[in-house]
Amino acid sequence: MSPAYGVTAVVIVVLAAVLIGVFGLRISRTTSDFYVASRTVSPLWNASAIGGEYLSAASFLGIAGLILAYGADMLWLPVGWTGGYLVLLVLVSAPLRRSGAYTLPDFAEARLSSMTVRRTASVLVVLIGWLYLMPQFQSAGLVLRTITGAPVWVGGVLVAVVVAVNVLSGGMRSITFVQAFQYWLKLTALAVPVVFLLMAWRADGAPGISAEDAATWAVPLGSGREYPLYSTYSLILATFLGTMGLPHVLVRFYTNPEGRAARRTTLVVLSLLGAFYLLPAIYGALGRIYTKDLIPAGRTDAVVLTLPGELIGGTPGDLLFALVTAGAFAAFLSTSSGLTVSVAGVVAQDILRGNVRSFQVATVLAVIVPLVLASSARSLPVADVVGLAFAVAASSFCPLLVLGIWWWRLTSAGAMAGLLVGGGLACSAGLATIVGGPYQGVLGALLAQPAAWTVPIAFAVMILVSLATQDRVPGDVARVMVRLHTPETLNVDRGDWRPRRT
Amino acid sequence: MAVFVVLALVGVPALVLWRVLSGRRELGSSPAERATFETLHTASLAAPPLRAGLTESGTLKASRHLRALLGSPALAITDRERLLVYDGAGEHHAADAFAHAGETLDDGRTHVLGPDVISCDRPECPIRYAVVVPLTPDDRVVGTLAAYGGHASAGLVRATQEVARWVDSQLELAELDRSRTLLMEAEVRALRAQISPHFIYNSLTTIGSFVRTDPERARELLLEFADFTRYSFRRHGEFTTLAEELRSIDRYLTLERARFGDQLQVTLRIAPEVLPMAVPFLCLQPLVENAVRHGLESKPGTGRISIVAEDAGAECAISVEDDGIGMNPERLRRILAGDDEERSGAGGVGLANVDERLRQVYGDEYGLVVETAPGAGTKVSVRLPKYRPGVSVR
Repeated sequence: MSPAYGVTAVVIVVLAAVLIGVFGLRISRTTSDFYVASRTVSPLWNASAIGGEYLSAASFLGIAGLILAYGADMLWLPVGWTGGYLVLLVLVSAPLRRSGAYTLPDFAEARLSSMTVRRTASVLVVLIGWLYLMPQFQSAGLVLRTITGAPVWVGGVLVAVVVAVNVLSGGMRSITFVQAFQYWLKLTALAVPVVFLLMAWRADGAPGISAEDAATWAVPLGSGREYPLYSTYSLILATFLGTMGLPHVLVRFYTNPEGRAARRTTLVVLSLLGAFYLLPAIYGALGRIYTKDLIPAGRTDAVVLTLPGELIGGTPGDLLFALVTAGAFAAFLSTSSGLTVSVAGVVAQDILRGNVRSFQVATVLAVIVPLVLASSARSLPVADVVGLAFAVAASSFCPLLVLGIWWWRLTSAGAMAGLLVGGGLACSAGLATIVGGPYQGVLGALLAQPAAWTVPIAFAVMILVSLATQDRVPGDVARVMVRLHTPETLNVDRGDWRPRRT
Repeated sequence: MAVFVVLALVGVPALVLWRVLSGRRELGSSPAERATFETLHTASLAAPPLRAGLTESGTLKASRHLRALLGSPALAITDRERLLVYDGAGEHHAADAFAHAGETLDDGRTHVLGPDVISCDRPECPIRYAVVVPLTPDDRVVGTLAAYGGHASAGLVRATQEVARWVDSQLELAELDRSRTLLMEAEVRALRAQISPHFIYNSLTTIGSFVRTDPERARELLLEFADFTRYSFRRHGEFTTLAEELRSIDRYLTLERARFGDQLQVTLRIAPEVLPMAVPFLCLQPLVENAVRHGLESKPGTGRISIVAEDAGAECAISVEDDGIGMNPERLRRILAGDDEERSGAGGVGLANVDERLRQVYGDEYGLVVETAPGAGTKVSVRLPKYRPGVSVR
């Protein structure tokens, strides 16, 4: 494959992102028609925007790579990353929207009226955001190396700079239509090549996987990773419960006019993601047949990029390669800017002073830290690191949200303890895996997939400490519960606004 | 490494604790100084729970410190209806404690009850006497404070009375807190929804002018007017969604356009993400009304108004701009500062009102920002946070 096509694709995507960022919102919808202007975002648009922001490098590149390397067990990743929205739909989406909270710290404050819990939640949002941003930068480096052979850090710096400029210039912040477009771009960038790849595969005589692979790779728990059963269950727990704790996903629910629309949106997200996640599995399987040499080289994350050149070749192969590259860069940019905005917003509001200047400082902080982490940490599969971010979210915000919404005896002390213990343990495990390691044996498995033990511990701590501090149940808990659980159309007493006592 | 971590984990709290303890020791050199400090410190501990008023939980928290102040074995606090707390030795006296307070509640005077009333048949019980003092903030008897003990010296009576006076002052402060909150609520309620009588008069005149020439149009406008007033006069809820507020502005502008025709041009740029936001009721309509007045009424030719609502992370930035005659900034400052003489003139009431309400709800950093100069048009900007505790549409 010739690098020119790939470079062109990257340049186009980056330019488009910068242009939309600088000029996007200024193309004003000049109208005096209030009917048009006052229409809220429909669930389909909103769901597409969630999909656009959610489908990161890990989904676009990482899953196919892990499937190529480890086989059937890794199918749980796309299942879990979709299934997380099922849990979100059933347990969280509507009550969260009704709470009026914009961010997770907002929810903590609304439910528990405690500034301490709010601040702790803010710190966790920042940590999860950083842990999620880091692999985005790493895989940007990987993609750019695949195209041009540039050092790994160049791609990361490029994405970081574009995102920072975009967020600082005030564009691309959270424009629903731009992010919604990103989903469809990513879907196209992955779906169109698949059609051609499958045709080429048919023309090749539709070869199957080798007999050895059929006995190990294609069989559940046959991947050759250590402790496959534990790892699989831990992965399922992390992905199913972690989705609800992702800061950049939850802020999108605020765009829904009410709880019902929030549920609808989640339902649409489920189907959109379900459609998207069929594709990486195909790439993974085709990769197992044609590009097995990536495994010993440790570059399995590049399988999506190499397949078009390998299978089709020539100019058509180059064009498809360019399309996939464009999709990958769109994935880095949209997810990174969504995360950066969320992290910077929380840092600016809860940790710095909350004015425009502090938002700028916070944006730089939000980008620099994961960039440094990305360049200093050892190279792990991108989906594994994102998995760690999910594990932290699952063992801190999942208990807070689920218990906060469904259990009125939750106290601020219990929430604090649960957040600190669960989030702390999962974070330490994640940092140990990224910075230190690789660890062998039981310890390695426990640290690489911490959710199976940190989530139950977080729930237990939150429940037990709450039960021990029942005298500190917030006084307005009944009101808050009514607000969270009754449909907006029902006319019940949800309490009045009162001036804050100084 | 591990040794260092353990040292840090144990050492730092120990150091802090030592500093705190030694700090307390340094405070008084003589016993009198130390006693003063201890007394004041105990009193300051008892104050915060009492600031919530005479409640069961508050008095329960305060009682331990009050008992330490008095140095009596037991202490009881009642309101006019029941016993709030009995704290200290001789729990079996708690059942009668409200009865002991009866006389004091009736006449509002201090009573010392002797063993004939208090005594019980338990030899180990230290309770023999009770000093019952009324609690009289604002000269009303709202409850009693009773010190129980084995004796009732003149000193104890005096001390109990003094402690009761101190509790009174805390209760008065609690009352003050409560009235301040009520005042703020009343202010917000008084500030809401003032639609201008000029507008009603002008609208009805315009509609009237259409009745003969274009009855269908007149009917439509009348219905718009009805919808507008229904929204503006509604009584429930302090907040509404931005979408609702914009809809009301639309009705308002429809009526104004009927009056001005093509002279009034409106441009909108609304980010759909912010439409479901909860905003104070009628917080934008007065700004638009002000823009129409300054952009059109006092100026010949076409007037342009643009309304922009942008999503800005955790906030929403809204601005209303007109290209009208503008305003003297100095005069505007006086209007916003609450100068009634200036207000009664032009449409300043609306602006000052919105400014005041926004500050009440969101805090002082969220007031209106007005950019204007004579002849240069006016731009009113406001930032609204997406989430604030208690701010929500019902």
